[in-house]
Amino acid sequence: MKKPDFFKRTVTISNTTYTKRVVIAFVLFAVLVTGGVYAWQWLNSQPKDDLTLKPLRKTLEANEKIFKGALDSNSRVKEYPISAAVKNVKVNGLVGIQDTIDAAQWRLQIIRAAGDTLKVSLDDIKQLPKKEVIFDFKCIEGWNQVTHWAGVPVKTFLEHYHLQGFEQMQYAGLQTPNKKYFVGIDMKSFLLPQTILCYEMNGKPLPMKQGFPLRLIIPVKYGIKHLKCIGTMFFSNTKPRDYWAELGYDYYAGF
Amino acid sequence: MKTVLKKHPLAIRWFHWVNFPILAIMIWSGILIYWAYAKYAISFGNLEIYHFFPRSFYTALNIPHRLAEGMSFHFAFMWLFFGNGLLYVLYTIFSGEWRYLLPNKHSFKEAWQVLLHDLHIRKYAPPQLKYNAAQRIAYTAIIVMGLGSIITGLAIYKSAEFGWCTWLCGGYASARLIHFILTIGYCLFFVIHIVQVVITGWNNFQAMVTGIEIVKPAKLPVQTEPILEPLPETPQPAIHEEA
Repeated sequence: MKKPDFFKRTVTISNTTYTKRVVIAFVLFAVLVTGGVYAWQWLNSQPKDDLTLKPLRKTLEANEKIFKGALDSNSRVKEYPISAAVKNVKVNGLVGIQDTIDAAQWRLQIIRAAGDTLKVSLDDIKQLPKKEVIFDFKCIEGWNQVTHWAGVPVKTFLEHYHLQGFEQMQYAGLQTPNKKYFVGIDMKSFLLPQTILCYEMNGKPLPMKQGFPLRLIIPVKYGIKHLKCIGTMFFSNTKPRDYWAELGYDYYAGF
Repeated sequence: MKTVLKKHPLAIRWFHWVNFPILAIMIWSGILIYWAYAKYAISFGNLEIYHFFPRSFYTALNIPHRLAEGMSFHFAFMWLFFGNGLLYVLYTIFSGEWRYLLPNKHSFKEAWQVLLHDLHIRKYAPPQLKYNAAQRIAYTAIIVMGLGSIITGLAIYKSAEFGWCTWLCGGYASARLIHFILTIGYCLFFVIHIVQVVITGWNNFQAMVTGIEIVKPAKLPVQTEPILEPLPETPQPAIHEEA
């Protein structure tokens, strides 16, 4: 290993050269500081795209492209034993949630084309193969809870109702029956094996505040995407409207 | 004529000053995010000593209800923070500057002597090269902390794709806590750093801008062998940087 020669890093220069160097360095430093301040002001003066500064929105979209590559059609999040699931599941968002829903009248409406809507009852959904998902649910606010859900995998559901053709589309859109809450989900995440149309929590039918009769559970995304009380499902190659993305959040919102 | 020591290479000055505003933006946007679930506190049993953070702190900095905004800044500036840090580490490796920065086997003992000297308990500080032992430990620790912020950050931000980071951090909640503690660490580092810079004075500070520092050649220590033991009788070298 080379011996340190730090104290040999000396030069002898004239007083004028020294002064010149110091002045130039401080001028460049001032230029750098001014440039930084201007860059910050420029960024903050940019127009907004759904409440988020455009360059930052573009970066969020680029981040999605960079990170989504690591997801493949079989990606799974960690699952837990039932004993790890909490009994008191947090209720955090009630936008779009109604006080009562008549399960007998309720239908999941899948828009296949304009004027062509498939209507599926809760009983029919319950006939399909049931999958339990016990995972660490994460809210965009920062808290997390291991929770226990059950329902039919989205992929199984689509295949059963001959809707596989829509798997080629870019996005799926979901809305509550009153259309007050709505999300858009990229197809890759929507079709993952742990993404379920969920009708049970902790082995019992979903409580009203957890989205009775049917909600989305999509473990690779923040809670804002787990729409409660699904009314309508549709498919699109453009981004469906998304409640929280319109309020400034990342559209992808995935892990 | 003046004899000047070429103390800080341009690259190091650049990385240092670019990092400052970027880290400040990361901490600020991090607080905007933390506010949405601000549960950390220092407690003894049920007695809460300090809650992160008091209401007055949030009001003064206009923090509340800006979670989405905080995330949009955090997940953009993270690239600059990571890139600048990576380039700095690569530079120190390839330029050989790491020799003055990494602690060696004497550093931990010497750092104690530096501390006693700084507190005016000990008369002489151990001899040093560019940085004293305490600085070597601090400036290396801050890089390890940066790496820690990246790993805990990935564990939170991409807990599925970087599930191994989440596992390594002991789970999601634990990753979030470590991420927060590291941030408090940067703030403490900053406070000590500023105090040391102020105490050490202008000549030292200006070298971080100009890169050069005037020395009196006669007082330069002659360096023949790596310094092994502190020599309490040795007079102080002319250059004695603290920050």
